[in-house]
Amino acid sequence: MKGVEVTAQRVSRSYGDFKALDDVSIKIKRGEFFSLLGPSGCGKTTLLRIIAGFDYPDSGSVAFDNKDILPLPPEKRQANTVFQTYALFPHLTVYENIAFPLRLRRADKATVEQKVMEYVKLVQLEDHIYKKPSMLSGGQKQRVAIARALINEPAVLLLDEPLSALDAKLRQNLLVELDLIHDKVGITFIYVTHDQSEALSVSDRIAVMNKGKVLQIGTPYEIYEAPATRFVASFIGESNIFPCTVLSCEPQGEEYLLRVEVPQLQGEVYVTDSIAQEVGSSLDFTVRPEKIRISPNFSRSSNATINTFKGIVEEPIYSGFQSKFFIKLEKEPSTLVKVFKQHTVFLEEGPEIQWKDTVYVSWSANDGYLVKDTER
Amino acid sequence: MSQQRNTSKTQFSFSYSMLSLVIVFLFIPLFVVVFFSFNSIKGMQWESASLIWYKTLIYESPSLWAAFRNSLIIALTSSLSATILGSLAAIGIKWYRFKGRSYITTVSYLPMVLPEVIIGISMLIFFSAVKIRLGLFTIFVAHTTFNLPFVFMLVSARLDEFDYSTLEAARDLGANERQTLLKVIIPSIIPAVLSGFLMCITMSLEDFVITFFVSGPGSGTLPLYVYSMIRYGVSPVINALTFVMILGTMLIAFFFRKFLKTVAASN
Repeated sequence: MKGVEVTAQRVSRSYGDFKALDDVSIKIKRGEFFSLLGPSGCGKTTLLRIIAGFDYPDSGSVAFDNKDILPLPPEKRQANTVFQTYALFPHLTVYENIAFPLRLRRADKATVEQKVMEYVKLVQLEDHIYKKPSMLSGGQKQRVAIARALINEPAVLLLDEPLSALDAKLRQNLLVELDLIHDKVGITFIYVTHDQSEALSVSDRIAVMNKGKVLQIGTPYEIYEAPATRFVASFIGESNIFPCTVLSCEPQGEEYLLRVEVPQLQGEVYVTDSIAQEVGSSLDFTVRPEKIRISPNFSRSSNATINTFKGIVEEPIYSGFQSKFFIKLEKEPSTLVKVFKQHTVFLEEGPEIQWKDTVYVSWSANDGYLVKDTER
Repeated sequence: MSQQRNTSKTQFSFSYSMLSLVIVFLFIPLFVVVFFSFNSIKGMQWESASLIWYKTLIYESPSLWAAFRNSLIIALTSSLSATILGSLAAIGIKWYRFKGRSYITTVSYLPMVLPEVIIGISMLIFFSAVKIRLGLFTIFVAHTTFNLPFVFMLVSARLDEFDYSTLEAARDLGANERQTLLKVIIPSIIPAVLSGFLMCITMSLEDFVITFFVSGPGSGTLPLYVYSMIRYGVSPVINALTFVMILGTMLIAFFFRKFLKTVAASN
């Protein structure tokens, strides 16, 4: 596999009093599609700029395949960047923009011609090579930028929110293309984004960042299904999050079955977790809205680890393939539980649920999880 | 409806009459001068059509042509140096962060806002203090000085619209500082540099006040020469010269407009 392993160790960077990066360590595997995901100001772009060479850390080290790259200027690093604003040269045609890095190295004419056409084909811009950037659409501009960044055959491609200026449909198409390009060139991609759906759909692994810290590194599945902190749970996808106190903790197979007290639900909830928690400790209980069943009838389950609460439909929101419900609990009217219901087969699960209906919401202990609030 | 049309018609005729008055005011003097350049005698009475003053201008005015030559030399050299210095200054001040940057920016606009007399006198005092003989060189220095801020201003304005991530992109793709300057910055600011150069030529050719202070014997430019001629009565040779210059300026302006348009289109 091509590409290099990128390691950042204990990297910190401050701008005055603002800590953009606070002791960040990341190890990115060779040839991996790795995303840095977080809200604006979380430090993801700063980390990318440090890897590119446009910014320098106050402390810590950055290495490609265990070789320190911090002393190298940007032009000497085996990394090229795709900029958010495209950063195309306005006075050059598409062809000349892509050929720019080769011309700097004084490559001979035949090589330039052959390589530029190879990368023009890769990004499907054959029909536009003699146009100036001002005549291209946003998506086409970004393709030029990608081809230009790849033509030097870097070991790492750095993408700084490359799709954020494009409309939703185009973004999806380019994202798929980007994934294909990654498969073809096989180098390490580091992708900075604030859009969780972008990160989840293309990345091999994701680092979720907030306030200059890395909160969790994992595959999209791990990040979504087993968020490590309250922030990750709330930032990725949608969640019901309630503070809770651990009442009991017993081993159950390889996991632990916990009973927690949730004041906002006015009751106790069963939840499984992979690690033991101390009795009495304060944590956050979360459950994804799509993992909650909603039904007009109370069905007593033989399984004691199903959590069931009674409530009233406060606000149904229809959105085509699914409906979103906010359920006001009977015992605690100030709490709203968010539930998604898929419209799979008509009337499969009884009559349609409507506004002001009394319903029962239930979920399995396996679908809830406990997270720590690291920012409290 | 008809009322509306009426008011718009009166406004229309009012604006038209203003326009024609302004045009008359601006161009009648020029027409008078051009007209009398074809007169066969001196003075404001029409005698008969002749090209005698053009003949005099071309064949019998060696000192006028010497002054014209001086003007051209000064205009070209001072504009060239002002354009190079001003463009580099604008790039440097935009590109680098250093101490006193804002002061330099402010100071470099000074020659543009100060009265010409003051610049002229201070230059004269300076040159005599450091004992530089007044001549073409001192005029060249003075013209470079007052032309520089215009180039600086034009190029700075162009650089303000410049996308700075392209500089990072150039570095990222392997360009060193010199290559970034030559292959990215200069091509994008070249229209501003060219129009700055043109402006310098115009201002240098027409400058009288500053040149008056810093010129020495034999180094007079065309405006100085024309002024000295007028002191002994207006010679119709000046009328002929005026017409030649109007034609020349129009031609230059026409071709440069075309040229600038092609440059702008290629950007």
